Order: sequence, then C-alpha cells, then structure tokens
Amino acid sequence: MPEIRFSGAINRALADAMAADDAVVLFGEDVAAPGGPFAVTRGLQGKFGPQRVRDTPISEAAIAGAAVGAALSGLKPVVEIMFMDFMTFAMDALVNQAAKARFMFGGQCSVPMVVRTPHGGGLNAGPQHSQCLEAWFAHVPGLKVVVPGNPADAYALLRAAIDDPDPVVFVEHKGLYNTKGDLPEPPPAARIGEARIARAGRDATIVSYGAAVAWSLRAAETLAKEGVETEVVDLRSLQPWDEAAVLESVGRTRRLVVAHEAVTPFGVGAEIAARVSEMAFGRLAAPVARVGAAFMPVPFARALERACLPGDADIAAAVRRTLAHA
Amino acid sequence: MTPAPSLLALYASMVTIRRAEERLSKLFSEGEVPGFLHLSIGQEAVPVGVCAALEPADTVASTHRGHGHALAKGMALEGFFAEIMGRASGVCAGRGGSIHVADMRVGMLGANGIVGGGLPLATGSALAHQVKGRPNVAVAFFGDGAMAEGAFHECLNLARLWRLPLLFVCENNGWGEFSPLERQFAASLAALGAAFGVPHEAIDGTDVEAVAAGARRRADAARRGEGPQILECRTPRWRGHYEGDPQKYREPADLNSARGQDALALAAARLSAQGVGAERLAEIERSIGERIETAVAAARAAAEPSFELAAAGVYTQRAAHA
Repeated sequence: MPEIRFSGAINRALADAMAADDAVVLFGEDVAAPGGPFAVTRGLQGKFGPQRVRDTPISEAAIAGAAVGAALSGLKPVVEIMFMDFMTFAMDALVNQAAKARFMFGGQCSVPMVVRTPHGGGLNAGPQHSQCLEAWFAHVPGLKVVVPGNPADAYALLRAAIDDPDPVVFVEHKGLYNTKGDLPEPPPAARIGEARIARAGRDATIVSYGAAVAWSLRAAETLAKEGVETEVVDLRSLQPWDEAAVLESVGRTRRLVVAHEAVTPFGVGAEIAARVSEMAFGRLAAPVARVGAAFMPVPFARALERACLPGDADIAAAVRRTLAHA
Repeated sequence: MTPAPSLLALYASMVTIRRAEERLSKLFSEGEVPGFLHLSIGQEAVPVGVCAALEPADTVASTHRGHGHALAKGMALEGFFAEIMGRASGVCAGRGGSIHVADMRVGMLGANGIVGGGLPLATGSALAHQVKGRPNVAVAFFGDGAMAEGAFHECLNLARLWRLPLLFVCENNGWGEFSPLERQFAASLAALGAAFGVPHEAIDGTDVEAVAAGARRRADAARRGEGPQILECRTPRWRGHYEGDPQKYREPADLNSARGQDALALAAARLSAQGVGAERLAEIERSIGERIETAVAAARAAAEPSFELAAAGVYTQRAAHA
C-alpha cells in the first residue's frame, strides 16, 4: 500500500474533491501562491486556478463569514484558519451564522462549508499557537467537528466533510502533518460519526482522537508488556461522536479512560464520561478516568510545555489506576 | 434585465412595508408578536429603491431591521406575518422570527441578529456569483452602527482586492442602537471607501427614485466588473431601536425632525404632481390593507410549530447510505 504523509493526504483529498465538483473552492491566508503555512495546499492553485484557490488577507472574520455566504449561494467552500487559536476571530460566522442558518431559516438551506484548522502543541509555539479548542465547537448545535488521527482518515474524513451539507470544523494536529501512513488505492471512504477500533483489547478501553490516538496506542503497547490488553477507540469525529461504539467497548472492558490533548475541565472527556455514566453505570468496574493537558495556557519553554501536555505515560498511568480500582 | 419599476409601483411597495410594520407594531403591543421587534418605519425608500435595481437572482443580506429588505426582495406577506407571529407556516417555520426572516427562493439571505453579521455573508454570496460566472450582484444592507464593526473593514478590503460584485448599502439613520453616530464613528463612510478605493455615492434615503437610480448606477458598475460599490442612504429613524424603546436618549427636536422626513409623503406628492389621483393612492392603500389582514388572519389560524420537526432540523437529514 502506498505511504503518504498526513499533509499529503489532506492535499490529495482537496484535489480530488475539487476535481469531482466545480463548486468546491478553497481560500484562506497563504493557502494559494505560498501553498499553505504547513504546505498542505501546495500546488492546488496551479491545478485549479486563481478563481477557485485564493489567498485572503489576514481577516478571519471575513474568511469564515464569506464561506457562509458562499455556501448559501451555491459554492462548497473549504477555508483554512491558519491556527485554531485564530478561530476566536471567526466565531460569529461559525457560531451565529453557519451553525444556525439551516435551523433558524426553517430548513430552507444547508450550509455546506468546511473550516480546516490546525490545533495542538509540541512545537513550543506558546499560548496563542498551540490550543485545542475543539470542545467549543462540539458544544454548538448545528456544527460538526471532525479530528482525524492518521493519513487515511484525514483523506476519507475530509472528503466526507466536503460532501457534508452541514458546516464542519475539520481539525488537524500540527504534530501529525509529517507523520506517514498507508493510503489505499482507491482511497477509502468514511462516515462522519463513526469511530474506529484502533487496537482491540479486553481489559480496559481508551477513547481518544487526533494525535492522542498514537499516544494511546503507545500506552497500550507498554501495558501489553505488563499483561494488560487495552482497547483503543479512535473517535474520529466529536460532533457527532460514536456513542454506540464507545458503549459497546466499555460494555466489554468495563473500564474507560478518555485521553485528549485539550485541557480536561468541561472538555470532550467530560461529555463522554457523563454519557457513559448515564448509559452504562452498571457496567463500569471503575470510575471513568480523564487524561488531558494541565488547566493552563500552553506554555512556551520546552520543559514547561512537556510538563503541561499529556503523553502516553499519563495515559498508561490512568489505565493502571482504573485497573487498580477494586 | 428587468425594467425599472414605475414610481407608482415603488410607492405601493413602500406602502406595503409601512403598513405591514404598523400592523406588526399593533400586534406586538397586543401580545401577538413575541420577542424583540425592530421597525424600519421611515426608511422604506432604501429597500424599495435598492431592490428596484436588482434582478431576482441577485442576493441580499440584511440586518436586525430587515422587514423592508425581505418584503422588497419579494418575500410573501403570508410567510412573513406567520414567521413573526411564531407559526408553523412562517417562512422560517417559526424558528427565526422578526430578526431572522429569510427567503432563499427570492435571494434574501436573512435578517441578522448580529450587527454587521450580514456583511461577510453578502461578501461570500458575491464571491459565489463571481466564481460561478453569474451576472448577479450581492447587496449588504447595514446600518451606520455596523461601520464600527471589524468585519465591515475586513469585507471592504477583501471585496476590493477580489473586485467582488458587491453593493454595500448603508442605511445611515444617525443612531447605533441608543447612541448617535458622532459618538460611534471617527471616520466617514466616504473617506473609508476612498481609503480602499471603493466608489461611494451618498443619496437622500427618503427619495425612492433617487435611491433606485443610485442603486442602479452602483449595481451596473458592479455587474460590469468594477468591483464593490458603496451607496450611503441618509435616512431617518422614526422609531426606537426596538418597539417599546422609550428613546429617552433622544431630544424631541431630533425625533420631530426624523418624523418630518417621510418617504411616502414625498413619493405621494410627486405622484400627485404627475397627475395620479388621490383615489388611485387610496385604492392602493385599500388593497394592501386587505392583503395584510388576510396574512394576519392566516397566521392567527396557523398551527404552532412542532418541536419534533425543529429538533430534526438542526442538521440536514440525509438518506441512510449517505
């Protein structure tokens, strides 16, 4: 199977979607001539021309808002917000306009748009270039939130997001861009809202998404050496999230750890823990454990950032805690 | 291209908006309209004049004071009243109300609860016209209060860079909610347009023929590929920011001066001078009054919206295989 980088899989998905549908257009800061701040959109303006692939000024409110208006007028815009931290400037367009247009106009229209944005730390990029804010968007009725964890999923889920009639926030971990994985030929399809069992196991379940899936798999490797077989569920999308898959796994393993890079309080892990306790309280052999970043802005210095962000050791420790529970 | 409507047709369209809003005001005071109500009484010449210069496939994005834009762009009175009265038969199925009336079939992309919220939507709609190679323009209606919003400046810049077929139509009524323009905006719209190289034309927003002519000049330029255009319409605000606003922040002289500027009276006087008889205008009034009462009666008789349908409408429902 051909190997491809995560960034290359996104580029291929964009190219294939644009070739398949003239209504797909791409715009954002430095995505066209420069090829994207992380080189994700390299070559697309050359392939599809300056009408359909455009550099914008540094104007996140206009980028996101114009995407909504374009989606209401016959295009399928895919826009990029250079860092997820800059989504703060795009919030009105996403939260008040895109998320609500279909509902508040009585179903007259859909808003087929995708906002691609990189999240995550690990680059010592500091408090305003490292955040994982996906839970904000998962909290808004009308938005979908997708976070792929490997190149094949990045391809398949981005194609699904572009085909989706509703607005999708598509979150790419910066640390994944250069990672490689298989991309079968023809590339796979995926449905938004379906999780994937990344590793099967019977003793405990780790639910994760994005870059934290790889950390969870490493934690599972470590635990396997201790005789613990851990299942790893890759959510792939957060809104909607695959509740049935999580409940099915937890029903078998009876122990659950939710692991993500975002801070823990009021996060994705909190929602999943709450739902599992509502739906499967009797099956749980231990309290649900959460692993996430320390509740602080992501700090700059190497030692500080390392200490702030979670990793496979934290996840393995959390699994051991749930196993230690009588 | 659609021929320019006659002054009589423009007058009738303005009367429709005025009487519809007066009816809404009464319904609101009697408890039949829930929520907030922002009326555009006194400003009718702007939506009517601008929409007279538009084609059916042109698009408009509106404001919280958007009833006139909706009706002038072609929204039917039945769906309009039913929506604002919160009925299932409303144009938005009772989920949006006054501040979110929208009708995609006539290119009306919605009133908007967020000041300045419609500006990026119109910008994106203009982008779609351009990318698709359509001969259409998008119109962003906005109030003077929105000139201080960052999104407005971003859109002016982006629209000029991309030469989008976009009309920025400012309804300058001198008031941003409860504060006068001079305490909210340090520049002028003309200067701002000049800074971005966007042509600016100021007109008397109570003269529907002047608005229609100005809008046609601006729309034609945008259709010719000359990029975005600004039409600034000076218009009075007769009512409060919202219905029930005691307007204690306004001097009586300011309010009286506003109410002395009447687009309908101006058009009626001109029609009379052209020899249109009073009985013809009375006939228009009678006919519009009947249509409004029919719409109100239909709304009163209509069902309440279904919660289950609303809940199923948050996301697009697709076939299971999709």
